[in-house]
Amino acid sequence: MTPSLDNHFIRHSIPVFVAAVLMVFGSGRAAAQLDDVIYNYLKFERFEYEGNDNIHLFKWDIEGWTGSDYNKLWVKSEGDYVFDQGIFGRADLQLLYSRNIATFWDAQIGVRRAFEPERTFDGVIGVQGLAPYFFETEAAMFISENGNVLGRFKLAYELLLTQRLIAQPRVEINVSADDIENRGVKAGITEFEAGLRLRYEIVREFAPYIGFDYVEEQSLLEHKHTVRAVAGFRAWF
Amino acid sequence: MQTLNALIRQCRIAAFWFALLSALPARAGTYDLVIDQKAVNVTGRERTALVANGSLPAPTLRWREGEEVTLRVTNRLDEPTSIHWHGIVLPYDMDGVPGISFPGIPPGETFTYRFKLRQSGTYWYHGHSAMQEQLGLMGAIIVEPVKGDTHTYDRDYMVILSDWSDEKPHRVLSKLKKQSDYYNFQKRTVFDFFRDLSDKGGKETLADRLAWGEMRMDPTDIADVTGYTYKFLVNGQTSEANWTALFKPGERIRLRFINGAAMTHFDVRIPGLKMRVIQADGQDVEPVDVDEFRIAVAETYDVLVEPRETRAYTIFAEAMDRSGYARATLAPRRGMRAEVPALRPRPLVSLAEMGAAHGMNHGSSDHGAHAATDHSPATETGTSGHEGHDMAGMDPAAMPDMNHAISSHASHEGHAMADHGQEHADTGHRVLSYADLKSAEKHADWREPDREITLRLTGTMNRYIWSFNGKKYSEAEPIRLKYGERVRFTYINETMMNHPVHLHGMWQDLDNGKGPFNPRKHVVNVKPGETVHVDVPVDAPGEWAFHCHLVYHMETGMFRKIIVEYPDTAVKKGA
Repeated sequence: MTPSLDNHFIRHSIPVFVAAVLMVFGSGRAAAQLDDVIYNYLKFERFEYEGNDNIHLFKWDIEGWTGSDYNKLWVKSEGDYVFDQGIFGRADLQLLYSRNIATFWDAQIGVRRAFEPERTFDGVIGVQGLAPYFFETEAAMFISENGNVLGRFKLAYELLLTQRLIAQPRVEINVSADDIENRGVKAGITEFEAGLRLRYEIVREFAPYIGFDYVEEQSLLEHKHTVRAVAGFRAWF
Repeated sequence: MQTLNALIRQCRIAAFWFALLSALPARAGTYDLVIDQKAVNVTGRERTALVANGSLPAPTLRWREGEEVTLRVTNRLDEPTSIHWHGIVLPYDMDGVPGISFPGIPPGETFTYRFKLRQSGTYWYHGHSAMQEQLGLMGAIIVEPVKGDTHTYDRDYMVILSDWSDEKPHRVLSKLKKQSDYYNFQKRTVFDFFRDLSDKGGKETLADRLAWGEMRMDPTDIADVTGYTYKFLVNGQTSEANWTALFKPGERIRLRFINGAAMTHFDVRIPGLKMRVIQADGQDVEPVDVDEFRIAVAETYDVLVEPRETRAYTIFAEAMDRSGYARATLAPRRGMRAEVPALRPRPLVSLAEMGAAHGMNHGSSDHGAHAATDHSPATETGTSGHEGHDMAGMDPAAMPDMNHAISSHASHEGHAMADHGQEHADTGHRVLSYADLKSAEKHADWREPDREITLRLTGTMNRYIWSFNGKKYSEAEPIRLKYGERVRFTYINETMMNHPVHLHGMWQDLDNGKGPFNPRKHVVNVKPGETVHVDVPVDAPGEWAFHCHLVYHMETGMFRKIIVEYPDTAVKKGA
């Protein structure tokens, strides 16, 4: 591990990020064409209660962007709040510059600030898009200040039962390249989550859902697997 | 004094006669159009429409061939506006496209258009700023031929089809950008998959789903914006309001169909009546008798009908994706109405078409591409048995056995054919196709083209980006043409949408194998996966717009500027 290198990365990611912001908004202003308009999007992909007999969580997965067809500024936030303990289990915020690199794909670069379980500051590189056969795909690599490399991979699919009743199977895998002693992180798959959500689109923008998640967590301390019921809503505007 | 008065009177009389005589061969009309907002209630909720002279749609303008028209267009909106005279041949600075022909009409100002009419027929006009046509800013133009009408008729009605949404166009576009299938509520479900499995077998069904999945396209994507938000109108009236045209049995009626919709192709029929198509895009064609025709956005078709019975007839215009319809009535008396047919099942885009577009089943030769597209039905319901619950009510033209009807036209290989229709052997239901269109007049300027420009019609539905040759308007250089040349444009539709391609200022002679009698059009609809050739006589110097007439495609980049230069000298602005 060479911390200095990664501090270097973080330090440099800030001006890159500022430049990206300028690109996103600058391009919109320079080209007054209507085909290069800036749109704003915010989606509550998951906004839900998740739990079983032992766990009661409030979980969110929110992402949004502002920008044109090719250059966007993304914000993403994920986390959960543990009701019985009154604490946030996890909470983070990502700011990413996103560029359309292929028809269905955007490359993303930026920073992540984690607030819980501890305050960290990571660089982020990732891709997001629609894979063949309609798999919504998101893959990101996080590089921490200490040089730890973590990864996150998400895959989702939509099955239409009717035009408004939609089943969404979803898989999320979190990995770590190394053991991270102070965080209790064990190298390998740290968290595996597979679930199914059944939503009803009252309008496209708003859909309450129910479902379940199977969650497997691996840390230096323990190995857990749980099944949780979920209920919440998906909304965007 | 008296002699002076007499002289003045004589002069006045002479002036009167002079004016009268000179007015006859070349009328010079002045028309005022005031563009304003107006509260309308189409769906039960009050919304703001854009109107001309208080009228939705805008008033019909009746002109005469040879007339020198002066149009004073006043903008009472709080945003810029413009009016484009669709299909009218005129100087480019009168064409009304902001940013190309002129700067647009700022709020509170009046712009005066002046041009001489060198054509006759049915045309239309519409706003060309900020998707204003979607808000109702469009109306009909009738230019009477100086030599008199080719056809005789007793009555003459405009039938302007349109799509009205309570949502503002920018909101619609914003939704499409965020979720491109927002308005599609006719997608294939899990149950359709199982139905296909049992109807067609696992192999075919899986191959079909995998092919679409690989392309990340949806065969149900027939229309981007649908009846979910649209009310389809005839002359600004809903189906419930039932706009009615009167006739006396035995009369011959001319119906001038104009598709003034922003996004909707319609399939038009009048059950119980044959329609004789006499004009397409304002140009006389050899009459064709049909039961149905598809009218792409911005096209016009004039038809003659002769209702003989004392009963009402429904003018039925189904949206191409069957998400709704516009309806009007032909009746001997007001208040009469005829049965309104049920909507037919929505079609699917076929893999064969997309195969043509994606080079999966033909060679790289241009010729191969035509062959692949010309034979494939655009709207194939045959591959999806589940849509055929009620075969009796199905679109006969889209049924599987149309394939042999199509192949009878295979001898025209390499020309724009249509698929939507041909005579259906069993029912005799005849649907107009581009192959049927033959100019009534031989084009004097017909010759082999000097050169060819290939334009691929491209886009990504998923991101809602539309383009030519993969480049949006803002990214592309203008297309440069030389005055006097004849250019063949080859449109290769690589997308799965229909694109009504509109060239401003000059005609597109659609190559359907009729040579000097090829139909002369201002809008040429190019179906999914299809290759179409048009010849453009480059006879209008200046800068012109060229675009897909689906308003949200145009707005998101499927647009080009065309510059027509004199050989060796650049055209100067205002020249």
